[in-house]
Amino acid sequence: MRPLIVIRRTPKIDFMRLHIAGFAFSILLGIVSIALFLSVGLNYGIDFRGGTLIEARVTTGPADLGAMRAKLDALHIGEASLQGFGTPSDVLIRLPEQPGGDAAQMHAVELARQALGGGIDYRRVEVVGPSVGSELVRAGVIATILALIAIAIYVWFRFEWQFGVGAMISTVHDVVTTVGLFAIFQLEFNLTTLAAILTIAGYSINDTVVIYDRVRESMRKYRTMPLRELINLALNETLSRTILTVSTTALAVLSLLIFGGEVLRGFSIAMLWGIVIGTYSSLFIAAPLLYYVQPNRRSIAKPAETAGVRAEGAP
Amino acid sequence: MLYFAQWKIALILAVCALGVLLSAPNLFNPALLASLPSFVPHKQVALGLDLRGGSYLLLQVDVAAAQRERLNSLTDSVRNVLRDAKIGYTGLNVEGDAIVFAVRDEDRIEDARTALAKVDPDLNVSIDSDGSGNMRFSTVATEARRQQAVDQSIEIIRRRIDETGTKEPTIQREGQDRILVQLPGVDNPEHVKALLGRTAKLTFQLVDTGVSVDDARRGRLPPGDEILPAEEGRATRAGGPTAYVVRKRVMVGGDTLVDAQPSFQNNDPVVSFRFDTAGAKRFGDATRENVGKPFAIVLDNKVISAPVIREPILGGSGIISGSFTVQTASDLALLLRAGALPAPITILEERTVGPDLGADSVHAGTVASIVGVALVVVFMVLFYGLFGVFADVALFFNLCMMLGALSLLGATLTLPGIAGIALTMGMAVDANVLIYERIREEVRGGRSMLSALDAGFKRAFGTIVDSHVTTLVAGALLYWLGSGPVKGFAVTLSIGVLTSLFSAILVTRLLIVTWLRRSKPKAIPL
Repeated sequence: MRPLIVIRRTPKIDFMRLHIAGFAFSILLGIVSIALFLSVGLNYGIDFRGGTLIEARVTTGPADLGAMRAKLDALHIGEASLQGFGTPSDVLIRLPEQPGGDAAQMHAVELARQALGGGIDYRRVEVVGPSVGSELVRAGVIATILALIAIAIYVWFRFEWQFGVGAMISTVHDVVTTVGLFAIFQLEFNLTTLAAILTIAGYSINDTVVIYDRVRESMRKYRTMPLRELINLALNETLSRTILTVSTTALAVLSLLIFGGEVLRGFSIAMLWGIVIGTYSSLFIAAPLLYYVQPNRRSIAKPAETAGVRAEGAP
Repeated sequence: MLYFAQWKIALILAVCALGVLLSAPNLFNPALLASLPSFVPHKQVALGLDLRGGSYLLLQVDVAAAQRERLNSLTDSVRNVLRDAKIGYTGLNVEGDAIVFAVRDEDRIEDARTALAKVDPDLNVSIDSDGSGNMRFSTVATEARRQQAVDQSIEIIRRRIDETGTKEPTIQREGQDRILVQLPGVDNPEHVKALLGRTAKLTFQLVDTGVSVDDARRGRLPPGDEILPAEEGRATRAGGPTAYVVRKRVMVGGDTLVDAQPSFQNNDPVVSFRFDTAGAKRFGDATRENVGKPFAIVLDNKVISAPVIREPILGGSGIISGSFTVQTASDLALLLRAGALPAPITILEERTVGPDLGADSVHAGTVASIVGVALVVVFMVLFYGLFGVFADVALFFNLCMMLGALSLLGATLTLPGIAGIALTMGMAVDANVLIYERIREEVRGGRSMLSALDAGFKRAFGTIVDSHVTTLVAGALLYWLGSGPVKGFAVTLSIGVLTSLFSAILVTRLLIVTWLRRSKPKAIPL
C-alpha cells in the first residue's frame, strides 16, 4: 500500500527573502495586540473578573429574554446581561460582580434563582468571588511567564543560548498575538483560554525545536555553507513535516471546534489560531532570527564529531 | 534495526495488552462490570463534575475572625486579672491581632507581666518601659489554631453534608485555609450553601433585666453585658424587641448538645434538644438559680427567643421555639446535631453543572474526539500508505494506554481533559511524521532500505524527545497552576505525551520490523 499524496522533492522556497516582511508583519501584529490589550482590554470571563454566569434552559418553550431581564433588573443586582445561544430556549445570563465581597456574590445567585421562578433548568451556574478571581489572574500570569522561561532554558541547554533567544522571542510572539486575537474579537478570556495559551506555547516551541534541530544538524554537516542558505535548507527540508503535523493537529482541533460545544469554543479558537501562528512564527520568526543572533558554529560543530564517531562505531 | 530482542518484543506487547485491558472497562457500563469476576480490571475513568453533573464549592475558613473573637473573650480575663492584682490600666482593647492596653504605674509593669502571663499560655505578653503593652498569639499558636480550625471545619462540614443525604461528597483541604467541597449530582446547591454559610454557634445566656436596651445603647452598658439583636423573623413578626441586653457569660453552650430534632408544639415547628450529662447539670443549676428571669437562646449572635424560666429545668432536655417554618426548624436541628463551625466560612467559588449539560458535554466531547481521531487516521493513510496504517495502529494503542493510565491513576476526566485527549491524538502522530519524513529523506539521499529505516528512527529520536519535553513543561505548569477542569486537561495532555513517545517510537518500529521480516519488501512504500 503506497501513499496517495507525496511531496516528492525537497522544495526550494527562499524563506529568508521573506523574513523582513515576516518581521514587519509580526511587529505590527504584536503592536496592535499590545495596543488593543491596553486600550480595549480583554473580555474577561468570570474566572478572572468575578461574578456570576448562569446557563439556563427554559423548559416551557422559547426563552423570553425581555421578561427575564426585567425580572433581574428589578433585583438591583447590577446590569445583568442575557444572551441567547444554541437553541431558542437557551440563555446565558451574566451578573456583574457584586459589591461586598465573596458572600455577596452567592447571595445574588440565590436572588436571581428566586426571581426567575420555575420552568427553568439551570444547566450551569458558576460564581466566582473577587478574591479567587484576582488569584487566578496572578497564577495565570506567573504560569505563562514561567513556561516561557522554562522552555527557553531547556532550549538553551539543548542548543546554544542564541537558539534559546530565538525560541523565546517567537513563543512570546505567539502568546501576545493570541491575546491580541481575543482582544480584537472580544472573545471571552477564561481559564480554559489560558490553558490553551500555555498549550500553544508548548506546541509552538515544539515546531521551532524541530526546525532548530535541523539547523544545528546542517551546521555540522555543511561547515562552510553561509548561514542564510543553511537556514533556508533546514526550513525546506522540514517543510513537509511541518505541514503534515500542522494538518493533523489542526484537524483534531477543528473537530473540537465544530463538535465540542459551547464550553470548549474559546479553547478551540485559541488553539486553532495558536497552531497557525505558531507554525508561521517557527518559519518566519524563529528560524530567521538565528541569522541575526549568529550561533557559534564552531562550538556546535565540535560535539558532532565525537557523536558521529560514536554513532558509526555502535553496532 | 532489524534486531529486536525477544524480551523487548515481549515487553512492548505486554504494555500494549495492559493498555487495552485497563482501558476496556470504560466501554462497559458499571452494572455489567460489577458482575464480572474480580481479576478483570474494574477501574473506569472517573468523570469530573462538569461531565457527570454536580456542584463544586470552594470555601474559605475565616481563621482571623475566629481569632478576633477569641481575643475579645480573652479581654475579659485580662481585665479580671489586672483588677485582681490591683494594677491600674487604661485603653484595654482589641486592635488588629492583639489585645492592647497601657499600665498606669511604671513600677507595676513587672507585676503586670507576671500576672498576664497566666491568662493564656498561647499569648505572648510584651510591655514597653512606658507602660504600653500588647498581647498577641505566638506564630506557632496561630498556626496550630489555623490547622485545628480547618480540620474541625472539614469534619463539621462533612457531618452537615452527610445529614442532607448527598451521595459521595468529596471534602478536602485546599491550600492553607480553604476547603474544597464536591457534591456529585447536586444541581441546586442553594440549600447546602445556606447550611454551610452558618456557623451555628448556640449559646444560652441570661437576659439582663436591670437595664433597658435604649439605656445600654446610650453608653450605660453594664460591664460583662452585651447587646444582641433579635433574629429578623422574630423582631418583625411579633412586634417584639429588636435587641436584648444579655450577660456575656454563657450559661451553657451548644457544644454540650447530644441531639436535636425538629418537632411541633401547639402546631408550631420547634426544635427539641437534649444536653449531655455535664450540660444538663449546668443548665439545671443555672435555671434553678434564676427562676423567674428570662434567658436568651442565642444562635450566631442573634437572639432566637428569650423565654422566662418558670421552674428549674433538670431533665437535660428542652425546646427552642421561635418563628420557625418546618424547613428552618429541621435545618436548625441539623446544624445543632452536626455542631458549630469553629470559624465563619465564606463561599469563594461555586461551579454547578446540571446532569443534562454534563451528559451533553460527554456526548459532544466523545463525538469531537472520534471525528478528530478518524480524520487523523485517514490523513495518515493518505499520506503514508502502509506506514500510515502502522502509525494508526500505534495511535490506537496510544489511546488505550492513555485511558488505561487515567483509569489506573484514578484521574478525573473533565471536558477540557477530553479536549486534551483529542489534541494529543493530533499531536501524537507528529513523532511518526518526523520518523517517516526522515526515512524518506535518507532514501532520497541514496541510502539502502534498511539503513534508511535505521537512520530515520535514530536521527528523529533526539528531535522527538526535545519537542515532547517542551510540551511536558507546559503540561506540568498547567497542572500546578490550574484548578479543577484545567488540571484535568494538564493530566491528559501530559499522559498523552508520554504514551505517544512509547507508541510512536517502539510500537511503530516493532510493526515495521515485523513487516520487514514477513514480507521481505524490495523498497520502502513511502
